[in-house]
Parts: sequence; structure tokens; C-alpha cells
Amino acid sequence: MAGPVRRSRRGGGFDIRISGRERDVLATLPETLRAVLASGDTGDPVARRLFPSAYLDDEEASKEFDEVVRDDLFERRMAAIATFERTVRADHVSEDELIDWLAALNDVRLVLGVRLAVTEESTEADFAGEQATEAAYELYRYLTYLEEHVVGALSA
Amino acid sequence: MAQVAPVETERPTGDEDVVPDLPWIVIVWNDPINLMSYVVYVFQKLFGYPREKATTLMLDVHHKGRAVVSEGPREKCEFDVARLHAHGLWATMQKDR
Repeated sequence: MAGPVRRSRRGGGFDIRISGRERDVLATLPETLRAVLASGDTGDPVARRLFPSAYLDDEEASKEFDEVVRDDLFERRMAAIATFERTVRADHVSEDELIDWLAALNDVRLVLGVRLAVTEESTEADFAGEQATEAAYELYRYLTYLEEHVVGALSA
Repeated sequence: MAQVAPVETERPTGDEDVVPDLPWIVIVWNDPINLMSYVVYVFQKLFGYPREKATTLMLDVHHKGRAVVSEGPREKCEFDVARLHAHGLWATMQKDR
């Protein structure tokens, strides 16, 4: 049984076996992520999820922490997105590249999950009705599937 | 010995900071989005925990809502929190008490 992502039999790295249609969908993700990261809206729940407070009950310390780490966190995310974008059509990626895939996929899942207000009990029926919502949840589920396989491949 | 009453000085700020050597702890909170397998992977990668320990911590997060994943001096905990945030986990730090 071959999953969509698995360690190459020789030469290191990982084989990615997904369809062209799936890659078309994945190729749209960098734009989504960059828009979120570039918005700079710190009141947005999505931004708060990607850049959480470090202290629960100390606003001042959280602010200082945020000032120190935010740029680095931003740069790391942008770098992962760039790798993902560059290799989204590749049949074979290195371990470092796959780790960047994982970062990008997980970030998009966080963005979609927060926007959809996903819970642990969520089912497809909760998002039925409106086409854009249905499509977003379908994408979320596809990314869940793909991320599971990426984690599995990296952990194996 | 001073003969005159000392001038009123400002109260020291940050009372909690004068308690020495109280370790800090890093807490990861449950969220409905991150995959269980992903959280285990991150704990192993960031902290070098064996798979079993990483899994136990992940299950604590999942069932109890939170787990202490590391502890130590403030600077170390800030470093750990930043790395957890970079991996999309919801982490905070506080004095152990």
C-alpha cells in the first residue's frame, strides 16, 4: 500500500505521489498564507492563532516577547511557504523540503480551522449549505489527510 | 545607623521576580485543529523526547486540556515557547507554583 508521501527507497528524501489536480489545489495555498501573514491585523483570530501570547496573565511580558520573536516567526513561515511553492510540483523532495511542506500545510490548516471554527466534534454536515464554506471544509479535510501522511513519512 | 527616617522609596516592582530559583514551566494547550500525530512529532523533534513520552504528553493535552512540556530558567522557556509557536502549537509559560 503506497501512501501519497513516503521515504525514497534509495538516495534519501521522499517521494510525493499525488495527482496534478491535487497539486493545482496545493499551489493556491501560498497566496492564502501570505495574505494572512501580510495583513498585520493582530486582532484577527487567525493572526492570534499563528502568533499566540506567550503569557496568559501578563500582557506586558507577552508584548515584549512578541516584539522579540515575531519577525523571526514571520520569516520562518515565509521561508517554508517559499520552499513549498518551489517544490509543489516535485515528485521527490529532500527531508528539509518536506519539513517545510509540513510547516506550510499545518499553517494553512490552522488558518482554515480558525476561520471555520472547527471543533473536535465537527462533521461535514456542520459546514453544508454555503458553497464557499463547503469548499473550505473539503480543503481542510484534504490537508488533514495529506498532513497525516507527511507526519507519518517523517516519523517512520 | 541612620538617625533620620529613610526617605520613602518606591515599592519594588515585579514582586514575583524577587523569589529566586522558582522554575518556569511551558504549557501546551489543547486545540481542535492540530493533529495528534503532528503534536507527538513536534514534541519529539523539539525536545528529543522518546515517542512514548511524547505520546503521553500529547494525550494529556488532548484529554486534560493542557500539559507541561518543559521547564527551566525563563530564557529557556521563552526559547521553547517560540519554537512551539513556530510549529503552530498553542503554548504559554508561567512560574511553577
